[in-house]
Amino acid sequence: MHSDLSNRLRADKKRVIKDKLVKYSITSGGALVLVTLLLIFGYLLYVVLPIFAPVTIEVERQFTQVKQEKILALGLDEQNDISYQINDQGELSFYSLREHDLGELLLSQSILKNHSAFAQSAPSSNSYLFANEQGQVTLFKAEFTTSYPNDKRLITPKISYPLGKSLIELDAQGKAITAISFELSDESGAIAAVTSDNRGFYLLLTATEDMMTEDIVWEQELVELPSLPNNVSQMLLSPDLNNLFVRSQDDLLVYDVSDINNIRIKSALPINALNSHVTTMALLTGASSLMVANENGVISQWFEVLKDNKRTLTFIRDFSAQESVVSLVPEYFRKSFLTTDEQGMLSLFHATGETQLLHEKISENETLSVAFSPRANALLIIDGKQVKLFKLDNEHPEITWSSLWQEVWYEGYPEPKYLWQSTSASDDFEAKMSLVPISFGTIKAAFYAMLFAVPIAISGAIYTAYFMSPSIRSYVKPTVEIMEALPTVILGFLAGLWLAPLIENQLPGIILLLISLPLSILVTAMLWTTLPKKIRESIPEGIHPLILLPVLLLTGYLSMSFSDTLELWLFNGDTRMYLTNELGINFDQRNSLIVGIAMGFAVIPTIYTIAEDAIFSVPRSLTMGSLALGATPWQTLAKVVILTASPGIFSAVMMGTGRAVGETMIVLMATGNTPIMDWNIFEGMRSLSANIAVEMPESEVGSSHYRVLFLAAFVLFIFTFIFNTLAELVRQRLREKYSSL
Amino acid sequence: MNKWFKSGTPWIWMTGGAVSISLIMVIGLFILIGWRGLSFFWPATVYEFDMVDKQGNHMNVIGEIYDTEIVQKQQLIEAGITGLEDKGDTLERYLIKIGNREYVDLDFQWILETVITEKHIPDNIVVLERTKNGNFYGYIKAIQENGVALTLTQTELETELASRLSITQALKDKEHALLKGDIGRINFDLEKIRLKKRKLDLDGLLTTEKITDFENQSQLLRDEYLSLETQLFDYRKQALRDSVVITDMTGRDVVMPIATVLDFYLPNKMSFIEKVGHWFHQTGKFVSDDPREANTEGGVFPAIFGTVFMVMLMAVIVTPFGVVAAIYLHEYAPKNNLTKFIRIAVINLAGVPSIVYGVFGLGFFVYIVGGSIDQLLYPEALPSPTFGSPGVLWSALTLAILTLPVVIVSTEEGLSRIPSALREGSLALGATKSETLWRIIVPMASPAIMTGLILAVARAAGEVAPLMLVGVVKMAPTLPVDGNFPYLHLERKFMHLGFHIYDVGFQSPNVEAARPLVYATSFLLVTVIIGLNLAAIAIRNNLREKYRSLEH
Repeated sequence: MHSDLSNRLRADKKRVIKDKLVKYSITSGGALVLVTLLLIFGYLLYVVLPIFAPVTIEVERQFTQVKQEKILALGLDEQNDISYQINDQGELSFYSLREHDLGELLLSQSILKNHSAFAQSAPSSNSYLFANEQGQVTLFKAEFTTSYPNDKRLITPKISYPLGKSLIELDAQGKAITAISFELSDESGAIAAVTSDNRGFYLLLTATEDMMTEDIVWEQELVELPSLPNNVSQMLLSPDLNNLFVRSQDDLLVYDVSDINNIRIKSALPINALNSHVTTMALLTGASSLMVANENGVISQWFEVLKDNKRTLTFIRDFSAQESVVSLVPEYFRKSFLTTDEQGMLSLFHATGETQLLHEKISENETLSVAFSPRANALLIIDGKQVKLFKLDNEHPEITWSSLWQEVWYEGYPEPKYLWQSTSASDDFEAKMSLVPISFGTIKAAFYAMLFAVPIAISGAIYTAYFMSPSIRSYVKPTVEIMEALPTVILGFLAGLWLAPLIENQLPGIILLLISLPLSILVTAMLWTTLPKKIRESIPEGIHPLILLPVLLLTGYLSMSFSDTLELWLFNGDTRMYLTNELGINFDQRNSLIVGIAMGFAVIPTIYTIAEDAIFSVPRSLTMGSLALGATPWQTLAKVVILTASPGIFSAVMMGTGRAVGETMIVLMATGNTPIMDWNIFEGMRSLSANIAVEMPESEVGSSHYRVLFLAAFVLFIFTFIFNTLAELVRQRLREKYSSL
Repeated sequence: MNKWFKSGTPWIWMTGGAVSISLIMVIGLFILIGWRGLSFFWPATVYEFDMVDKQGNHMNVIGEIYDTEIVQKQQLIEAGITGLEDKGDTLERYLIKIGNREYVDLDFQWILETVITEKHIPDNIVVLERTKNGNFYGYIKAIQENGVALTLTQTELETELASRLSITQALKDKEHALLKGDIGRINFDLEKIRLKKRKLDLDGLLTTEKITDFENQSQLLRDEYLSLETQLFDYRKQALRDSVVITDMTGRDVVMPIATVLDFYLPNKMSFIEKVGHWFHQTGKFVSDDPREANTEGGVFPAIFGTVFMVMLMAVIVTPFGVVAAIYLHEYAPKNNLTKFIRIAVINLAGVPSIVYGVFGLGFFVYIVGGSIDQLLYPEALPSPTFGSPGVLWSALTLAILTLPVVIVSTEEGLSRIPSALREGSLALGATKSETLWRIIVPMASPAIMTGLILAVARAAGEVAPLMLVGVVKMAPTLPVDGNFPYLHLERKFMHLGFHIYDVGFQSPNVEAARPLVYATSFLLVTVIIGLNLAAIAIRNNLREKYRSLEH
């Protein structure tokens, strides 16, 4: 007896433990839903946030060098292993930045002892030039070769002379060169120079391959620059060899040098900031933008803009570095640049992003020399005798809140614009990532879809819930609801390949449908009231849709078959041409109308079901009371039922909008996916979701593009989150209200 | 009139009209897809048109009438077509499918009725389905064996072609079996050996002994491969023995190896019963064959298989989680804010756009989870990813999150229909809550769980957008299930019916030719999904009836 009880107790204990265990596991299972939602939210945020992370720099390595010379230029290899500097003595020296032999001199060579001018090309080519007092120049290049002895990377520095080691004579009269600029690529190059007696030269270099030896031979062509100003302070040549910028104090002359036989002045204009003087200027990568720095710390950006069919150098925007700018250094491949000023402050800017990314005191010394590393992940700074390598964390300078959501003036565009253009075939292409056009596309698609869906779905819901006989309702409701299960890829396919050509061919018929369908319903209603009472009463209530079915089908058929006649009669036989030529409306085959119909089709069941439920569950006592007080069924409906159910209908519309906003396949297949901003119903759009579907597979993991696409997904997530939560809260409140009635 | 409007009658009619329009759209859509999808397999009559062009030259065109369009005479005259003065206001224009893709510029041509002088339906026109370049239309002229024509009468030609075709087919089947079976296995094993070797190398355990061992193993496989290869070439050579000579519409004789012919039929000779038979035959081929020619011809078997496999995998993942969450919400959840948050989370999970799940799946599952798995378990295969690239497992997981709310909502509804008297009875008899759950509640709710599962499967089967990011491809070389250990290859990419529709309809080079196939695929997908939904509705209704009787 005793053992039996203890057995049972033991068994009970086991059962209790088991019960507890089940409880905890099920609770954790339930919490998992919440965790999943939070995980999605958190993960999207985790990917997006780095684009808004602030730029940071910190010293990674430094060493002190023995000599302290004035530095003219400095640079780094791609791995940030080796640095080089060119000093005032005409020496090019390479120093190691590697951990194990930090600061060791690897290679040093004297290029030209006495020089009168120095110039450097666009940063990516690492080419430099010295000019001497005799009107001669030498052009040299700091190069790095990578080899893999014993499977380990080894980078060796090298100095090369692309035009040969001997000096090139520019001025036959042998006058000193005071200002010079040059550019050199594999196929061509040019040097522009000014001598002490104010004569200008332009030397065009063209590479040709020697047939016999396969050596590169540079052909030279020298012309004189016309009408040079006095006191040339600075010259800059654009890498595409089209423009030569000559600055004399605060005035700029732009030469068109694209044709060597017809060098002319394109424009002449003052470029200084208000109440200030120009200190220096530089070309941004891509060579379209000229950055001009001033004594008061203002840096202004200029580029050519097409105005009245003429390209004119235009002031675009300015930045402020607070103090007088000493040097201005552009990045290798992006539109970032940095400045140093007299107070030893370093400022980092992004031109198109229109932001100051960093403003930090680096040294007490005003003669800082700074260079970007080729991958823009480090800065090399020479501060007196100190050589410092800073780690630079600046992954996504071009993406800022304002570049995503505000108009941006991109190089080459006549005005600031919202643009989405993430990839292109050319290399020096600047990605344009404004979320505005694709968000606009999303809203446009949803708007037209709701325009089509809301009237049909809500009227349908009203009729089904309020007038329809229960027996028919039990068939009609599931039929409409089954639409919801229809894969949207099928709707998109039909919209793109069946509906779009149909509408293109029968546009007048479709427009006619808009008028003829409601009209035919009214006419049927009128005819019905004129029918003898006996016939009317013999037919049960609530079957209007069945009576209307053949009428609407017939009207539809007639409208379509009249389409061609109508087209001939109203639109000269070609509606499309008429729209484009006469009314100036662009017509795409896959347009918003198609999307509106197809996506409307997809959201009708969502709205219909929820609205119908809301109307149907209005307590009978309310309607009965209203009818008993003498209101007609329509009055009861309009004044009592719809009013009571309106929160439910609102929540239905919200849910529908949420669905329309997030729909991907229909928009992807039924529009041309061009990111344009226009409400025109006959043009397409690109939506956030379709954009993700199109571009995500091709975007590089971790790139700005990838993160912006995640941001697009995050925007969609937040958008639908708000809509759905709102709709759900309204619905819950309504349910509570009904249960109390 | 004004009074009539005030009475509201016209508005009632208008709302009724909205219902009619909805119904017309739904039913019309099904009829459209059904008609276009199913008529694709019907052997269309092949016409021979005798046409005269502007210069008075006669031209023969053989083809199926693919589409007919009515055009206004006015439009044609404006477009510069002459000689229409004596015709009526509207004219017919036919879109003719000519086939013979390698011999004509356009395999679909619009022809105006006026240029056609005569239209025959010749009995002995033959339609050849080929491995390349689509259908071929013409007349059988002769059959050659090793390039020498056989002496046969017209009727014998057909039977001879049929018998030789089946011989060639048998050879090709053998070749295919060899290629996919033994040769596929050898390649798979060779790759496995390479990976093993690399793994040992990475772990620093690779000894010369092991290297020779691996070498021997691979050598054995390579020897086996060589012998199989000779057999393969032998099959190929045998299959090329016979060829058929077809006269095409221009009167040219085209010699075609029978190996390039898949099937042939003479549509104009068929009786109605034969056509029905042919329709079933074609439908069968559609669901069981592999696609050909960049998916624009052939069947959709890999897509069906991929869809079903992925959806089953998803069902296995989603059911336990969905059911547990539903049980928590209905049976355990206290009335507090956490529960409220969970409910809002469920609603939101249902409302989040599917593409967002795709983005999440790609970033989190593929790159983070998959990337970590690769580094931990498959370092030997790096840098080529194993699980770190989109695949069927990640698709199933992504869709499992997507369909989780469907299962939760439907299961919870089922739970709420179980009368509380049953629970209380069980508890009163001394059962613990978990026992009540396990013995009473879950079995009773199982039809509801089933309903939820079916709805989830239906939703998942139709979802395409997220899959485009996490694993679907236009052409998968291998199915995710095959005869090589471990038989299930969850890291592989797969084909999907929905994506097939998108790809063939929008990305294929010859949309016109592929369109009927897209309709057929759509019809298949719609049938499956609507069928699943109807089943779910039926189960749910059945369940409601059952508990209604229990309550009273």
